[in-house]
Amino acid sequence: MVTMSDKTETAHLFELLSSVTDPEIPVLTLQDLGVLRDISVDNGEVTITITPTYAGCPAMQTMQTDIEKALQDAGYQQIKVKQSLSPAWSTDWMTQNGREKLRAYGIAPPLKTACDQSSGSIECPQCNSSEVKRISEFGSTACKALYQCRDCLEPFDYFKCI
Amino acid sequence: MDSQKEALLNYCIALGDDSLTLGHRLSEWCRNGPFLEEDLALTNVSLDFIGRARMLYSYAAEIEGRGRGEDDIAYLRDCREYRNYLINELPNGDFAFTMARQLMIDAFDVGFYEELKQSADEMLAAIAAKAIKESRYHLRRSEDWIKRLGDGTDESHERTQNAFDQLWGYAAEMFEMATDEQQLVDAGVAVDRSALKSDWTSTMHSVLKQATLDIPAEDWAIGGGREGNHTEHLGYLLTELQYLQRTYPGQLW
Repeated sequence: MVTMSDKTETAHLFELLSSVTDPEIPVLTLQDLGVLRDISVDNGEVTITITPTYAGCPAMQTMQTDIEKALQDAGYQQIKVKQSLSPAWSTDWMTQNGREKLRAYGIAPPLKTACDQSSGSIECPQCNSSEVKRISEFGSTACKALYQCRDCLEPFDYFKCI
Repeated sequence: MDSQKEALLNYCIALGDDSLTLGHRLSEWCRNGPFLEEDLALTNVSLDFIGRARMLYSYAAEIEGRGRGEDDIAYLRDCREYRNYLINELPNGDFAFTMARQLMIDAFDVGFYEELKQSADEMLAAIAAKAIKESRYHLRRSEDWIKRLGDGTDESHERTQNAFDQLWGYAAEMFEMATDEQQLVDAGVAVDRSALKSDWTSTMHSVLKQATLDIPAEDWAIGGGREGNHTEHLGYLLTELQYLQRTYPGQLW
């Protein structure tokens, strides 16, 4: 049975984990990314459920360690970080706030409604032009593709839709 | 272990082996790519396959329940115990060869994982749901490259045509069922691979045609990977892949 205090504690835990960010894109928290799926507390044991972005993403291990560390620092002893594969992560789960932070950081946020190219166009995060060209399907990490703006000529990463 | 559980264990290991051997081959392009962006793309695709192998091996270890982990399965088995399709273990050749193989495998994987998503086995279905998203993206890139290479210069056309001619007969075993696989298909767990061939063939025909390439004749076929019979190349691949664990047993990161 979920008591009121459990609910408060879960909210507190979400608050605590808002300090944990993606090691490769430090402006995004795990909530922004949509990687943090669930938090539950049972008899003092905290279970955090996360979902991997890409199967081989090396950042997942770091995220797991960072979650454990953040909770240990806050005095929690029994911590379990569980990886859940289903439903599969989608960039549609990225929050609006996360998208804005990405843009400000110089990375074009993913288009909405995974991979539906008709739902919008990729814009240069520097000058907002939609006159852009793709240089490569992959950028510095698996989750990004490399683009260049035809107007301001700046190359930029696009957080690709998946 | 009952026979269906054992078949499932073998199935997960075989699928993991496909992913790991190809992932390793692609990783060999690291710092050898034709240009920086493509170097990054090849190694990112490599990571996707290695990640897929990790999920499948971890699940296999869980099914087996004998205390082995994903690393033991990857690092402590010899050639004859590997069950991957031969096409995955072939050396990279030139960039045209690597991308021709990639197209053949990506087109297969898109059909395969789409079906595996419906598996009655929840974990396999979840792994497939993850893999299919990546494979669709891989396929888009490999299609793109084959069209550019085939319909490019005389030299890129010739090299790409040669690559498909050399690879074509390796496709056959992707559509041949292993001996213990049928019972998994009957149980709704595994995919009937023999049924995937017509879609695969039409994808290949459509891309090769747009790439101005000829469809190679189906006059030879080679297989045996699912039975543990490999080309000589797998031994060299494993020598490098397994070096550290063989030299310093039990070493951890």
